[in-house]
Amino acid sequence: MNGEVLELDRVSYWYPDAPQPALDGVSLSIGAGELVVLAGLSGSGKSTLLRTASGLVPHFHGGKLAGTVAVAGMDTRTRTPAQLAAYVGTLFQDPETQVVMNSVRAELAFPLENRGDSGPAVARGVEEAALALGIGDLLDRPTSELSGGELQRVALAAALAGRPSLIVLDEPTSQLDPVVGDELIALLRRINEDSEATVVISEHRLERCLSIADRVIAMDEGRIVCDAPPREFLAWACAASPALATPGARLLQGLGLSPAAGVKAARAALRANGYDVGDAADRDGRADRRRPAAASRSKPSRDAALRVDRVWHEISRGPTILRGVSLSIGRSERVALMGRNGAGKSTLLRHAAGLMQPTRGRIQRAGRVALLLQNPTDYLVHETVAEEASSAALASVGLAAFGDRHPRDLSGGEKQRLALAIVLDDEANPPAVVCLDEPTRGMDRTHKHELARLLCEIDAAVLVATHDPEFVAEFADRVVLLADGAPIADGPAAEVLSGGTYFATETARILGGAGGALTPDQGIGLLQRAEVPA
Amino acid sequence: MSYRRRPSPLHAAWAAAGCAYCVALACAALLLSSPVALGAVVAAIVGAGVAAGLGREMRRAAPLAVTLAIVIALVNALVTRDGLTVVVRLGDLPVLGHTDVTLEATVYGLILGLRAVALIMCGALYTAAVDPDEVLKLFRRVSFRSALTATLATRMVPVLVRDAHRLTDAQRCRPGRPPSRVALMRAATSGVLDRALDVAAALEVRGYGRPGRPPSIRRPWSRHDLAFAASAVAVLVLSVAARVFDLAQFSAYPSLRAPVSAGTIAIALALVACALLPFADRRGVQR
Repeated sequence: MNGEVLELDRVSYWYPDAPQPALDGVSLSIGAGELVVLAGLSGSGKSTLLRTASGLVPHFHGGKLAGTVAVAGMDTRTRTPAQLAAYVGTLFQDPETQVVMNSVRAELAFPLENRGDSGPAVARGVEEAALALGIGDLLDRPTSELSGGELQRVALAAALAGRPSLIVLDEPTSQLDPVVGDELIALLRRINEDSEATVVISEHRLERCLSIADRVIAMDEGRIVCDAPPREFLAWACAASPALATPGARLLQGLGLSPAAGVKAARAALRANGYDVGDAADRDGRADRRRPAAASRSKPSRDAALRVDRVWHEISRGPTILRGVSLSIGRSERVALMGRNGAGKSTLLRHAAGLMQPTRGRIQRAGRVALLLQNPTDYLVHETVAEEASSAALASVGLAAFGDRHPRDLSGGEKQRLALAIVLDDEANPPAVVCLDEPTRGMDRTHKHELARLLCEIDAAVLVATHDPEFVAEFADRVVLLADGAPIADGPAAEVLSGGTYFATETARILGGAGGALTPDQGIGLLQRAEVPA
Repeated sequence: MSYRRRPSPLHAAWAAAGCAYCVALACAALLLSSPVALGAVVAAIVGAGVAAGLGREMRRAAPLAVTLAIVIALVNALVTRDGLTVVVRLGDLPVLGHTDVTLEATVYGLILGLRAVALIMCGALYTAAVDPDEVLKLFRRVSFRSALTATLATRMVPVLVRDAHRLTDAQRCRPGRPPSRVALMRAATSGVLDRALDVAAALEVRGYGRPGRPPSIRRPWSRHDLAFAASAVAVLVLSVAARVFDLAQFSAYPSLRAPVSAGTIAIALALVACALLPFADRRGVQR
C-alpha cells in the first residue's frame, strides 16, 4: 500500500443478466485522507462504484467483474465484504434497513464484535463512536424509536466504529431535511480532518458538499468523465454537463465568471469582479425583510381547491402532530410545503387526501385530491406499465413508449412519473388538488426539472411537501414553512426562500436574499441590472 | 410488540437470567395439569408482566391467548370421544361423524386452553422484557447464524408492518377499481424480498459472517440477575416436584379427578411467590 486507500484498475462490471456494463473500464486511485465527491446522473454507476469499494460487488450482487479493485492494498476478489468491513465503513441511502439491532449501543457494538474485539475494546469503541457523532444520549434508546436523521447518524457511527480507513456513503442525505443533511456533511468533514479517514460520497445535491470536497469524480454511463478539484469540475460541468453544475456555478457562469464551489467562494468571486453582493442584498433585501412572510394563517379564499381550517392531529397518548393548521389553496396554485423532518408535512398531506381524519378542525375539498406518497414503488402492483394506468395518463407523463416494460424495471424518476400517472388517472373525476410527498428524493437535477415541468402543466392545485429548495424555486408560486405542526411562514416563494439559510436556494444564499432571486437566471438578471462590473 | 427498556427488575436483569425465568415459567405451564396450579402459573406470568411495567403488552396479548384457548377447548370437546359424562348429543355431523360432547373432554380442552394462555402470555413477557440484542450475544457463540436470524426476524417485523401500512395507503390513493389481491400479494412479496436484500447487504458491510468465533463477554452478576436465576430454578424445581410427587393431580378420562389438596394449594402459592419475589427489590432498576 503506497498511500492509496482505493485503487481501481480498468474495472468493468456487469450485473447478472445485464447486457450493458454498470462500470466500464474505470481506473482511479484515491489516497489516504482525501474527501471525494462522486457526481453523476441517476444510473451513471456511482452506487455500483461504491459497492465495488465495499466488496458487495461482486460478492453480494454476483455478475461479472473485470479488472482489479484494491482496498488498502487488498484485492476485493479474495476478500468478502465482511472481511473488508474492518477497512471500509459503508453507509447506504435508506437508514431504516441498515440498522439491524434493537438498541443503539448494540448497533455500534455489532461491527466491533463481528471483528472479534475484546469486551473492553468493544465498550471503548462504542463510546468513542457515539461521542464522535454526538449520539451519546441515544445509546440506550431503541432503534425503532429514532427519527430518520438520528437513524442515519447511528448508521454512520456503526460504519465508523471500527475506525475504517475508507468511508463510502451512497446519497446519505437524500432522506434528511436540509438542517440534518448539512450537519451530516459537516460531520463528515470533521471526521475526515480529525482521523484522516478517506471519504467517498455520492450525492445529487452537489451544492451541499462541493465546498468541503478535495476532488470530484463525475461519472456517465459507467465511465469516469471528469476527475478534478471542485472548481475545475464545475468549469467542466458548466461546459459539458450542465445538469451537474450547481446553481452557484451557473450564476457565475452566466455573468461570465469562473465557477466557484460554495456560497463563500461564490460571493468572493462576485466581489472580486465588482459585483457588490452586500450592497445588492441590503438594497433589495431590506425592503423584503420589513414585510416578512409571517402569515401563519392564510386568508380563506372563496375559490379554494382545498381549505384546511384549524386542523389538529393529536395522537392518543402521543404527541401533537398538527396544531391548528389553517391553509387555503387556490384552484391553480402551486404550493410547496417545507419544514424539518417531523414538522407535520406528510401528515398534513394525508389529511388533505382524506387518509387521516383530524382530531379537531375540518377540511373542505373542491373535488378529488390525488396523493402521491413518498415511495412510488408502493403504487406499482401490476406486471406491465400499461396495466398500471391508461394510455392517455401514461402519455401525459411521457411514458407512452414504456407500456410493455415491467414497472419495477423503470428508473427512479420513471417510477415517480408512473405513480403520478396512476393517481391522476381518472378521466371521469379529475383531481382538484394533486399532493406529492417528497417526490425528489434520490432524483438527479434532470429528473427534478422534468418533474417541475410536469407539475406546472397539471390543471389542478398542486401541493408538494419537499426539502429541496432548488426544486421549489422551479415550480412553486407559494411556500408554506411548517415547524412543530404549525405554519411559521406562508408567502410567495421569492419571499420565503430568499430570507434564510437552510430553507433557501444557493442563489438566494449567495445574493443574501437580494430581490428575492431564487434561480441562477433570476440572480443573473438582478446583478446585471444592479451593478456594472468594474 | 417489541422489547423496550423499562425501569423494572426483569429489564435490569441479564438476558440469560430473563431467558431462564421465562423458560422456567413456560416449563411450569407444560409440566402442570391441575387447574389450580395452571391458574397459579398464569397468575404468576401476568403478575410478572404487570410488575415489569408491561400491563399494556399483557392486555394486548390476552385477546389472542383467550381466543386460541376457546378454539382449543371447542375443538377438543368436538373431536375427543373419551369421557363418561355426555352433556350434549350432536348426532351425526359432516366430517366429524357421530358426536357426543362429554364434560371430561370439555374440561380437558379448557385445561389445554389454559396452558396455551400461559404459553402465549409467557411469550409476550419474553418478547417485551428480554433484550434480543443480549440474547444474540448469549447464543451467538453456540449458533451465531441461528441467533442472528431470530433476532433479525424480530427486527424486520416493525419494518414490514410499516411497509404494509404504506402499501395500503398507496392503494387507497389509487382512483378507480382497486387492484386484485393477487397483484397486491405479489407486490408485497417483492417489497419484502427487496427489504431482506437491503438488510442482508447492511449485515455484510458490518462484518457479519466474518470467519472466527466472537469473543465471550463476561460481566458480574447483579442482584437482579441472581434473583431471577434463583426464581427460575425455584419455579422449575417446584414444577418438577409437583409432577414427580403428584402434588398437583389432574386426570380427565374416563372421569374427572382434580383433588384440591393442601399440597396443590401450597405448590400454587409457592409458584406465585417464587415468580413474583424478584420484583420486590427495585434497587438499581433504572439504567
